[in-house]
Parts: sequence; C-alpha cells; structure tokens
Amino acid sequence: MGLELYLDLLSPSCRAVYIFAKKNGIPFEFQFVDLLKGHHHSKEYVEINPLRKLPSLRDGKFILSECVAILFYLCRKYSAPSHWYPPDLHTRARVDEFMAWQHTAIQLPMNKILWAKLLIPMITGQEVSAERTEQLLQEVKHSTQQFEEKFLQDKLFITGDQISLADLMALVEMMQPIGCNYNIFLNSSRLAEWRMRVELAVGSALFWEAHDRLTKLQEWDCSTLDPTVKEKIRDLLHRFK
Amino acid sequence: MLVELFLDLYSPPCRAIYIFAKKNGIPFELRPVELARGEHLKPEFLKVNPLKKVPALRDGDFLLAESVAILLYLSRKFQTAAHWYPADLQARARVDEFLAWQHAAIQLPATNVYLCKTLLPYFSGQPVDTVKLERLISRLTATLQHLDQQVLAVRPFMATEQVSLADLMAFTELMQPIAAGCEVFRDWPRLTSWRARVEAVLGPELIQEAHRLVLQPRDPREAQRDPQVAQILVHRLQERLS
Repeated sequence: MGLELYLDLLSPSCRAVYIFAKKNGIPFEFQFVDLLKGHHHSKEYVEINPLRKLPSLRDGKFILSECVAILFYLCRKYSAPSHWYPPDLHTRARVDEFMAWQHTAIQLPMNKILWAKLLIPMITGQEVSAERTEQLLQEVKHSTQQFEEKFLQDKLFITGDQISLADLMALVEMMQPIGCNYNIFLNSSRLAEWRMRVELAVGSALFWEAHDRLTKLQEWDCSTLDPTVKEKIRDLLHRFK
Repeated sequence: MLVELFLDLYSPPCRAIYIFAKKNGIPFELRPVELARGEHLKPEFLKVNPLKKVPALRDGDFLLAESVAILLYLSRKFQTAAHWYPADLQARARVDEFLAWQHAAIQLPATNVYLCKTLLPYFSGQPVDTVKLERLISRLTATLQHLDQQVLAVRPFMATEQVSLADLMAFTELMQPIAAGCEVFRDWPRLTSWRARVEAVLGPELIQEAHRLVLQPRDPREAQRDPQVAQILVHRLQERLS
C-alpha cells in the first residue's frame, strides 16, 4: 500500500499538503474525508486520527497528523528541492518561525471569518453579531499587517527569492475567507502581488484545482449535514458570541 | 558574541528555552523582559520582536521569534544530543507533530487558565470570572485526557521513547495552571508518572530554578505600580480571553 493522504480541500492545511505533494510529484492515494458530511467523525476515520482532524498521512503502518509535520516529513522522505525548507541555519529558522506563528496568528482568525460569515448562519440559522464579526475582521487585518511587516517585508517570498513551505502555508490560509467571498488581498497591493507570485510558483492550474471546493462552498446544501455534526457545531457557537 | 535570549520566566515557552539552554550547556546572555511591566510592548523590545512576544533570540544580527523555532535553532547550532530532536524520519515527525499540535491544544488552554484565574484578577482587582474559568478548565481537561489516555498510553514520553523538545514544551506549559492552583496532574496517573520521568531527566534543581518566579505568589502591591501599564495589560488579557 502506498502513501495515503486523508484530505478535504476545504481545509487550508489539506490544501497545503495536497499542493506540495502534487507539485513535487509525490505519488499518493487521495482519501477523501468529507468534512461537510461529518466523515471526520466516522468510525473509520477516528481510527486514523482520534482527534478527528485533517489532514492525516498514512505511510504503511506509520500514521501522522498535523500539516506542518506532514510537510516536513514529505520534504525529507521525498527529497524535495531545498528551497522548500532551506538547509541554511538562519533561513530554515525563518520558515520554522512562520510555521510556528501561523497556527494561532493566521490559521485561527482566517477560519473564524469563514465560520462567522458563512458556516454558522448557514448551519444554525443564527447570525453572528456585526460587532463580533467586525472584531474578527480587525484581528485578521492585524495579523496580515504583522505578516507583511515581519515575515514578507520587501522580499519576493518569506525567505527571499524563492518560495518555501512558509509561503505555501500562509497563502492557503489567507485564501480561506474567499469561501465566504471575503478577499483579504484587496487590502494591500504588496500582499496581492505576493499572492500572485506564490500562485505562479506553484502553478495556477494546480492552485485553483486545490481551491475549487472552497470557491463552491456557498453553494453547499447543508440540509444534508449529519444531525450529530450539527449539534457539535452548535456547541462552537459560544465562541462567536 | 553570545546568543542573547529575551525571556520572562513567567512564560512557559521562555522556561522551556531557559531549561534547554542550561541543560545543554549553551552559553547565552539572559535579557529579562518583564511582561508585568509591559516591557514586551515597548519600542526597545519591538526592535527585537515586532510580534510583541517572548521568547525572542538575537544572535549577532540575526533575530528570531517563536519558541519552537528558537529551540530548533539552538539544537542545530549547538548540535545538542539527538534525543531532543531525533534524526530518524518517523521519530522526528512525531516530535514535529507534537510541537505543531501543542500550540492550540496545550499552550493556549493551559496559559489561558493561568491568565483568567491569576493574572487578570491581579491586574484588574476584579474577582475571577468563574463561568469563563470553568469553560477554560474544561478545554484544558479535554487535552489532559487525550495526553493521559491516548498519547502516554503508547509511549513513556510525549513523542518518542526518550525526552525530546515535545516533553520540554509540554512540561513547562502544564506547570502554568499549577502556578494558578489548578492540579492538572492529580486525576491523571500516566501524566503524573510522565512528569516524574521528565523531572528526573531535566534535574529537579534546574526545574525549580526555572519555575521559582511563576510558583511564587505575586505581590499585590506591585500590580498598580504602573497603573497605565496595568490598564493596557488588563485590556489585552480581556481581549485574549474573550
């Protein structure tokens, strides 16, 4: 059995892994775990990842979760070109720095926007207050500002002249609000230009293939959602109050 | 020129770096950054880390933030013993997996319990928000359960068969709610024995040295020594806990 990647491309972490594997010609079996159908709570998937999160990787008997760990693993095992995770001590540290920071600074707030503006109203029928939404948007603005000032600055990419795992991770996460038609790249031409460079470095066809499901999210008929999953989502509501 | 480490030992990731450097005999210049005085928000520190957080590292012209990145940097530059960050592909992946997961799963809830129960009341003079605290504790409990019943059920340490960076981060983070009077180890036998194993490896003196500050009760008179700073900190804490 070859490498298996358990993915739903709605998740930014899954998109990062998918794009990286495809771009580097890493052969894998795409195991679709449909988040919209609640399949991450299925018995089969809970055996793979008891935390019920995506992405997961299975390589023979070895099972691995956490996007950052999976990207590093794939990089090493398949000897990806060194610009993805440069060997130089300082440059590598720059990638590590971003990969650590992004969990709470980028991924969380970007995802919250999608939940607040689309998924919560869609699934629960309840609106998230304008005040709370505005607070989340401010958080996002603040994070992207920090990203520009500290990580990107005036360089082409985060580590300099070439794309690395950090740019890939940053971009797929910043694309998340597109799912609810909120385009954060309109706020800054520097960010928009960087976005284009990353898309081109990855390849536009691959990039948009990976983002197809996200761009169609608003068309989702959520009446098909498993009631137990709906309950779990209702429990999340208090975080948006 | 020595590596400079900008640390506040009240902060768990700072303690992890302090312990790691000391344990491995890494020479460094300690640059204290007192969070309670708002030093992380001042212009001098922003030159070191514009993200306004500790820990931070300066190595000549090179500046670095984020505890995981700093630990990896130190382990590479000073070529520390392999068990901290094993070379084997799968073992290393396990450590990476834990280090990635712990940000939101351990550090966030563990620190939030401390902030809600101890720090916010200290600066605001207001009683603890017990509803919020209960919710924060239940999030932490979910993580403790996972650590005790899933993670430590299959191995003696968090990621591999020996102490690694994963254990260092987890240990210093789980001490934070302890400092707030929350007995996070009490109900969890595997976590308790793991704690003892980690203490044995790191050395009780070093652990005590790193945790002396956070385990001491804070002097209530110090809270308002700079009322403006206290107000800013209260606001930031409230935002973070909302």
